[in-house]
Amino acid sequence: MSDTAAQPRSDADESDDGATEEPTDPDDGPAAGAVSTGAESVVAALEAAGAKTAFGVQGGAIMPVYDALYDSSIRHVTMAHEQGAAHAADAYGVVAGEPGLCMATSGPGATNLVTGIADADMDSDAMVALTGQVPTEFVGNDAFQETDTVGVTRPITKHNYFAGGADTVGDTVGEAFELSRAGRPGPTLVDLPKDVTQDETDRTPGPATPPAGTDPDPNADADAVEEAARAIEAAERPVCLFGGGVIKADASDEARTFARSYGIPVTTTMPGIGSFPEDDDLCLSWAGMHGTGYANLAITHTDCLIAVGTRFDDRLTGGIDTFAPEAEVIHVDIDPAEISKNVHADYPLIGDAGRVLDQLTAAVREAPDAAAWRDRCEEWKETYPLTYATPDDEPLKPQFVVEAFDEATDDDTIVTTGVGQHQMWASQFWTYTEPRTWVSSHGLGTMGYGVPAAVGARVAADTMGEEDRDVVCFDGDGSFLMTMQELSVAVREELDVTIAVLNNEYIGMVRQWQDAFYEGRHMASDYTWMPEFDKLAEAFGALGLRVDDYDEVAPAVEEALDYEGPAVIDFHVDPEENVLPMVPSGGANGKFAAAEDQL
Amino acid sequence: MSGDSPSAGAPEADSRPLPDEQPGPDERDHPEGRRNLEGIRIDPVVEAEHESRRAVISALVEDEPGVLARVSGLVSRRQFNIESLTVGPTTVDGHSRITMVVEETDPGIDQIEKQMAKLKPVISVGEVAGDAVTSELVLLKVEADDPAAVHAVSEMYDGRTVDAGPDTITVELTGDKASIDSAISAFDRFGIVEIARTGPTALARGDTPTAPGEKPGTAGEPTTHDD
Repeated sequence: MSDTAAQPRSDADESDDGATEEPTDPDDGPAAGAVSTGAESVVAALEAAGAKTAFGVQGGAIMPVYDALYDSSIRHVTMAHEQGAAHAADAYGVVAGEPGLCMATSGPGATNLVTGIADADMDSDAMVALTGQVPTEFVGNDAFQETDTVGVTRPITKHNYFAGGADTVGDTVGEAFELSRAGRPGPTLVDLPKDVTQDETDRTPGPATPPAGTDPDPNADADAVEEAARAIEAAERPVCLFGGGVIKADASDEARTFARSYGIPVTTTMPGIGSFPEDDDLCLSWAGMHGTGYANLAITHTDCLIAVGTRFDDRLTGGIDTFAPEAEVIHVDIDPAEISKNVHADYPLIGDAGRVLDQLTAAVREAPDAAAWRDRCEEWKETYPLTYATPDDEPLKPQFVVEAFDEATDDDTIVTTGVGQHQMWASQFWTYTEPRTWVSSHGLGTMGYGVPAAVGARVAADTMGEEDRDVVCFDGDGSFLMTMQELSVAVREELDVTIAVLNNEYIGMVRQWQDAFYEGRHMASDYTWMPEFDKLAEAFGALGLRVDDYDEVAPAVEEALDYEGPAVIDFHVDPEENVLPMVPSGGANGKFAAAEDQL
Repeated sequence: MSGDSPSAGAPEADSRPLPDEQPGPDERDHPEGRRNLEGIRIDPVVEAEHESRRAVISALVEDEPGVLARVSGLVSRRQFNIESLTVGPTTVDGHSRITMVVEETDPGIDQIEKQMAKLKPVISVGEVAGDAVTSELVLLKVEADDPAAVHAVSEMYDGRTVDAGPDTITVELTGDKASIDSAISAFDRFGIVEIARTGPTALARGDTPTAPGEKPGTAGEPTTHDD
C-alpha cells in the first residue's frame, strides 16, 4: 500500500522489513517512560497493558506505529489479509485469556478488519484493534485510503476512539485495552491519524484503567442470591446452562463445583463448550439448533434453569415461546442489559460468573431432590445419542474423522473451526473437557474463521509456553477457500497446526437446508469446482495429504499430527451427510428432528 | 494414500441407535407451558400482554464527539420506536442531556435504558417520572394575509411573534405536546408555510433527580458519578 500523506519518521535501516523481524530483547528497547512520538507512546501503552503479540498488515497510515514496534518486545505476526489478523487476534484472546491485538492501516486495511471485529463483538471476545488513519487535516476530505473507521465500527465495538493528539494517544490506547476486558469483554478500536502517531511528545502514558462505570461489582446482590438459592433448593428438575461467559470469566472451576455439589445436570451453549467436562455423568453436552437431543429435552422440561453467562441467542432458544416454558429462570450475567433481553429472568443475578457461582454454592443449603430427574436425563442420553451410519459402501463419514482426531490427541488440544456442517460435527463428535479448547465463530457465524483462528491459537499456546498442545482446525471446503491464504503465515512462522478439511464439495449447511426447506434445489451450493487442497497445501510449503477411505484416516491423522509445521488433510467425505439432530429455525427445542425424514 | 480394505467402522458407532431408530418429535412428551414474545412465562389464567406506552427517557452524557450518533444508532439498530430526541448542554462543562421520547412496552423501555447505560459516554440514564415537566418548542411560519388574526391566535397559546414580513409571520410557541398540537391546528387556517419542532424535553419535578443519581451541578462539578 502506498503512502501519500507524510514522510517516514526516520530512515533507519531501510533494507529490513521491521514487521517480520525477530522481536528484539525488551531490554534493548526504550526505557519505560521515555517516548518521543505518539507512536512510541502507543507501543509503550500496549507493553504496559501486557500485550505480547500483535497480528496485522502494514500500510501507509499505520507505518509510524509499526516503526515503533521495531524496538518493542511485542511479537508481530504479519498476516496475509487483515480479516485474518482480526480472527487470529480473536482466537489468541480466547486461548490466552487476554485481549488479542490486531492492526491495520486506514481505508481498506481498516474495512478488512470489520468482519473480525464484528465476530469478536458477537462473541464478547476481548480484542483491541488499532487502525491507521489519514492525517487529521485530511480527515473528512475523502483523502487517499480514508474511511470513517470510527463510524463504520461504531455498532460492532464495545467502544471506539479517534485519537486526538500525540500527548494523549497512549492513554487512549491503554484505556481501550483495559475497557476491552473490563466487565463483559468485547472489541475496542483506536483510530490513529498519522500526524498523531508521528508528532513528537515526551508524555508517557499513565497507568491505564477502564473508564468509569465500565468495571462493575463482581458480586451479585446478597438478597437476590438467597432468593435464587431457595428456588434451586425447591426445584425438582433443575438444569445448569453454562454459556461462553463462564469461560470468559475463568469460572469453569466454580461451575463444576456448583453443579457437582448439588447434583444438577449441566447443558452448555455452543460458546460454553469446555466450561464443563463432557465426559462427566452430569453433562448433557450442548443445547440448541444442532445440540444434543437430551440437552434440548432437558432445557425443555426443566422447572429451574440456572443460566450463567449466556445471552439466550436464537440458535440456542429456538422459538422463545417454547423455550424452557415451565422453568423459573435464574440468570447470572455481568451485563445488566442481558437480563430479560430475550428470556425473562425470574431471579436476575448481576455479577462475575465465578463470584456469583461461589455465592450460590455457599447459599444453597440443601441439594434439590433431583434423583428422578437425573434418571430421566440419563434415559434421554441413551435414547438420543449422537450417532451416524457407517456402512462399508458409503463414502467416508465426516463424523468419523472428528472422532479419529479426538482419539489421537490429548484433552488440552485446541480445536478451531470455520462455519458450517463441519463446525457442528467438530462440536458434536469431539469430547471437550477443558475451557479455552474450543475456538469457533458463534454469533456471527463467519465462514473462514478456522485457519486464521488456528494461527492465533497456535501463537497463543506457544506464547504461554504450551508448545506441546496440538492445534487442530476443522474446516469445510467452502470455509477453507475463504481464508486459506493464512496458511502462508503458518508456513512462514513454522506454526504447528493441523487443518482437516471436511470436503464434501458443497456449501454443506446450505445444501442441507435446501434439501429440507427448498425442495432440494441446490442453487449456488454445489462446490464441485474446489481445487485439490493437498496440492495447494504443498504449494504453500505445508504438508498436504488426501484421504478418501476409512482405512486411510488413522495413518493420515498420525502423520499430520507428527509433522512439525502446518499440515492440511483434504478429507473427501460423504457429500450428502447431514447434521443431526436439528431444531428447525424458530422451532421448539424438544421437537428436534432426530432423523432427516423428521424435518 | 489408498486402500481397498473394508471400513474400519467408527468406534462405538455400531452400538448406538441410528437417527432413524430414535423416537420422532411427536412421540415425545412436550410441556404445555409457553412464553410470550418477550420471553415471559405466560400464566394461562391471567394472560398478560404488554401494551406500548409513551415514556420520556433522560440521559446525562459526556459531551464527546459522536455521542449523539452512538445513542441514535443504538436506538435505531435495535428497532426501538423513537418518537423524538433532543439534546443540549447542561450547566456542567462537558455534559449534555439527551431527552428521548419512546413508544414501547415496559420491557422495551427497560431494555432501552439498559442498552443506553452500556454506552461509555452515558453517565446516567432513566425514565423521567410521570408528573415531570415536559415542554417542546415549535417555530411556525404562516401566511400574513390577516396579521391581526394571527396575532390573536398566537396570544391564545402564549406564543410570541419572532418575525413578521409582508408575506409571512413566524411565531414561537412552547408547551406540552397536546397544547402544541392544538396550536398547530389553530394556525392551520392561515396556511402554514414551514414548521420546525424540537420534540419534548423534560425535567423531573421538585427535588427528584431527572436522571438517576443526578445532583444539581455547576460548571466544573460533576452532576453525578457514583464511581
